[in-house]
Amino acid sequence: MSQSNAVRKESLGRVIHWRALCSSHDLVANSGVVAWHEGAQVALFHLPDAANGKTLYAIANKDPKSGANVIGRGIVGSLKGELVIASPLYKQHFRLEDGACLEYPEESLQVWPVRLNGDAVEIGVE
Amino acid sequence: MSSSDFPSSKANLVIVGNGMVGHHCVEQLVGKGALASFEVHVFGEERQRAYDRVHLSEYFGGRDAESLAMCDADFYASHGVQLHLGVQVLEIDRERKEVVTSAGRQAYDQLILATGSYPFVPPIPGAEGNSRLVYRTLEDLDAIRAAAANARRGVVVGGGLLGLEAANALKSLGLEAHVVEFAPRLMPVQLDAEGGAALRAQIEALGVGVHLSRATQEIVSGEEYAYRMNFQDGEFLETDLIVFSAGIRPQDALGRSAGLEIAPRGGVVIDGQCKTSDPAIYAIGECASWNGSVFGLVAPGYGMARGVAAQLAGEPHETFAGADMSTKLKLLGVDVGSIGDAHGATPGAKSYRFIDEANSAYRRLVVSADGKRVLGAVLVGDNSYYDTLLQYAQNGIKLPADPAGLILPLSDGAPALGADALPDTATICSCHNVTKGAVCCAVDAGITDLGELKAQTKAATGCGGCSALLKQVFEHELSARGVAVDKSLCEHFAHTRQELYAIVRVEGIRSFDELLAKHGRGHVGCDICKPAVGSILASCWNQPITDPLLIPLQDTNDTFMANMQKNGTYSIVPRIAGGEITPDRLIALGAVAKKYDLYTKITGGQRIDLFGAQLHQLPDIWGELIEAGFETGHAYGKSLRTVKSCVGSTWCRYGVQDSVGMALHLENRYKGLRSPHKIKFAVSGCTRECAEAQSKDVGVIATDKGWNLYVCGNGGMRPRHAELFATDLDDDTLVRYIDRFLMFYVQTADKLQRTSVWRESLEGGLDYLKEVIIDDSLGLAAELESQMQHVVDSYECEWANAIADPEKLKRFRTFVNDGRGDPDIHFVREREQRRPARAHELHLIPVAEEAL
Repeated sequence: MSQSNAVRKESLGRVIHWRALCSSHDLVANSGVVAWHEGAQVALFHLPDAANGKTLYAIANKDPKSGANVIGRGIVGSLKGELVIASPLYKQHFRLEDGACLEYPEESLQVWPVRLNGDAVEIGVE
Repeated sequence: MSSSDFPSSKANLVIVGNGMVGHHCVEQLVGKGALASFEVHVFGEERQRAYDRVHLSEYFGGRDAESLAMCDADFYASHGVQLHLGVQVLEIDRERKEVVTSAGRQAYDQLILATGSYPFVPPIPGAEGNSRLVYRTLEDLDAIRAAAANARRGVVVGGGLLGLEAANALKSLGLEAHVVEFAPRLMPVQLDAEGGAALRAQIEALGVGVHLSRATQEIVSGEEYAYRMNFQDGEFLETDLIVFSAGIRPQDALGRSAGLEIAPRGGVVIDGQCKTSDPAIYAIGECASWNGSVFGLVAPGYGMARGVAAQLAGEPHETFAGADMSTKLKLLGVDVGSIGDAHGATPGAKSYRFIDEANSAYRRLVVSADGKRVLGAVLVGDNSYYDTLLQYAQNGIKLPADPAGLILPLSDGAPALGADALPDTATICSCHNVTKGAVCCAVDAGITDLGELKAQTKAATGCGGCSALLKQVFEHELSARGVAVDKSLCEHFAHTRQELYAIVRVEGIRSFDELLAKHGRGHVGCDICKPAVGSILASCWNQPITDPLLIPLQDTNDTFMANMQKNGTYSIVPRIAGGEITPDRLIALGAVAKKYDLYTKITGGQRIDLFGAQLHQLPDIWGELIEAGFETGHAYGKSLRTVKSCVGSTWCRYGVQDSVGMALHLENRYKGLRSPHKIKFAVSGCTRECAEAQSKDVGVIATDKGWNLYVCGNGGMRPRHAELFATDLDDDTLVRYIDRFLMFYVQTADKLQRTSVWRESLEGGLDYLKEVIIDDSLGLAAELESQMQHVVDSYECEWANAIADPEKLKRFRTFVNDGRGDPDIHFVREREQRRPARAHELHLIPVAEEAL
């Protein structure tokens, strides 16, 4: 399904493999979609007009509070200058940047590096 | 925390009596940390732990003993307090400092008497068994209930506060209730003659017989009913049971036999510290007499309990100095209020009176000889004047130039007492004794949130009657300190929803980005402002919510036009207007539910909910539903949900109008209207009201001349009866009023505000709403109607719109790069249908599919 098409060294010394998940045409502007990656569910958010120039975010789809795979269906927002996704079930907020939960610090979501390579949306896995 | 570890190091504190006051004393002792120095024993004569006697009549309305209890069952044990229920204290041995109980002896260092009172039954020959019932304890109520089982009529002797409560109880047991009072008016202590007359008129209108100036001479066997009460004037009244509620007497027997000083009119004499003539013994509540008076209300008893607990905890305390007997209550559903010198007994006192014979309402304001202070007041029929008048009376606030304005109908713009006029000593919350000064302190300490203020001070957490005043004082204090009271929607818009609505409409704004750029902050918005603005745009322009610019604004339910359930699957509710469905449609619905194995349930709004669909299944399911003639039901939206109906004149022998036809007409007219919150309608075909229209946002009830319109009702969490808005309307006028009403609500309500809450927040209330909608006082009617017509004309089934557009359907994929469903969704079968698996059931389900 997805395949390794790039290998590079991150500055931390970790090796990142880029895996293509889907096409940029699958993304929905200012909202999310979900992609399957080897048993993991990755929510992809596309913010074409982002002020900081970072237009793509990849974050785990499972809401830790409900155990349901719904994060990709939440509303994207900005709280005190930080981009967040609100879980559609219980409305708690997770930072898109690092997956940290604003209301419950003990709950956080995995995030992946993500980039656009031509038309392909790719996430970085170790 | 256990207090029994080192019993020798602690003093023994014995409390006799486990009523409301005795219990409050224990709570205060716990709260003040006094249990560290006392081993506490509480003796209660009744088998039930302390319960709420103030709301005793609710025992007949369905509340049980447990729900009336003042605390959880383990409250005493968890704090190490020894509670001995069903144990009577027989004697106080002051020599040995022990109480003698039916179970043995218990030593005390300090003793608190909280034995309360007992009902006074005048010595009347023939009063026994069911002709000598009383109304005080749960056991008394059980006895009344048993007596009422075979009774048709019940009489209460005593027309005071408790007597009217008891009459209400008899009424709720289904009896024809009568009140017999010795005095020439009801509630002689609290009301004057005119007030008593107004109350009598209201109570008689409720079907309760009122017999004044009657002294019962004897009770003998009756002819039509079990007993006959013969009165002093030769008249008589027959009845099946008699409840005596002619006053209370302090339960002072223990103190009496122990040689404590007893007041001439009963009650253990106490000083300002609540100490009896024996310094080791306190008395609190209705068994105590201070300055010759016994206080038969709960608030003074609580005050005494607080004072004693503070003394025992070594804290500073206030001296008990009498109590204000002002009271406000609802008796048999009638508002009654009495403040201070209600009778104008103060020398030179002058009165203002307002009498409304049409509604049996009465208000009296008693002012001082110099006309500067409120001395007292009487209210019958409307207690909304009470809080302001009480503040005037308690705090000696100088009267306005025209004091009569304080009791005149509020629509005339009565001068309500502003928060700034209250002195710091003004009591805001009587239940928890919170003053304005305490609120100011909390604000000074940095509290800027009302919820936080309530949590910290406990204000407005008792009966809740002071909530509005508390909010007013709080906001005033915040403003006075230069803290802006923030009414912004969120951090991105410094506007209320109403303001944003006006901006969108006036400037013709059609997208969130445009609104944010012109009137907001930042570039993104959040999950508060996005759906609110999405709803405003839909209300104004009614473009399909699946349009690309609108999609990011919607909550998931609106985005996917279905209702997300706890496991991430959706439920589907097709519209079944008016609850009318053909057998073929019903079969089609059943076929779809069966094909996709959807859990199927009938909703409260006369439709059918299909649960358990995954995201990628929604377009297929809707394709089949649309094929069968269904359209979306908007169960996911803040929009019109259903118009419930009964079958009406078409089938029902009582129906007077075609309620189903009207329901269909209304549902089809307003379907698709997006609003600040969901809207529910119902139409009943006659006054029997089988469609329950009076619990809806818009309720329509048929009359033989047309339709009665009710508005702003609600079921659910905060039930509210809808109010009668207009009567005997023809079809066109009905629709016109509903057009205007709904659009006015859409324009002016706050976000996520139901019509019921909106109505309560409307200044001017129902009369104002009628002026705007019926009399067109704002000149808005034509505009409201044309806006509604735009929404009606631009209606389109959102699901049909989405199904026709492959781009929009791309959104309905569980995974954009894989055709599988969500492997984490598991169901089990229960009662022949699917339901989500619970966590502990998951290990029973084979998940080999994903195991690598």
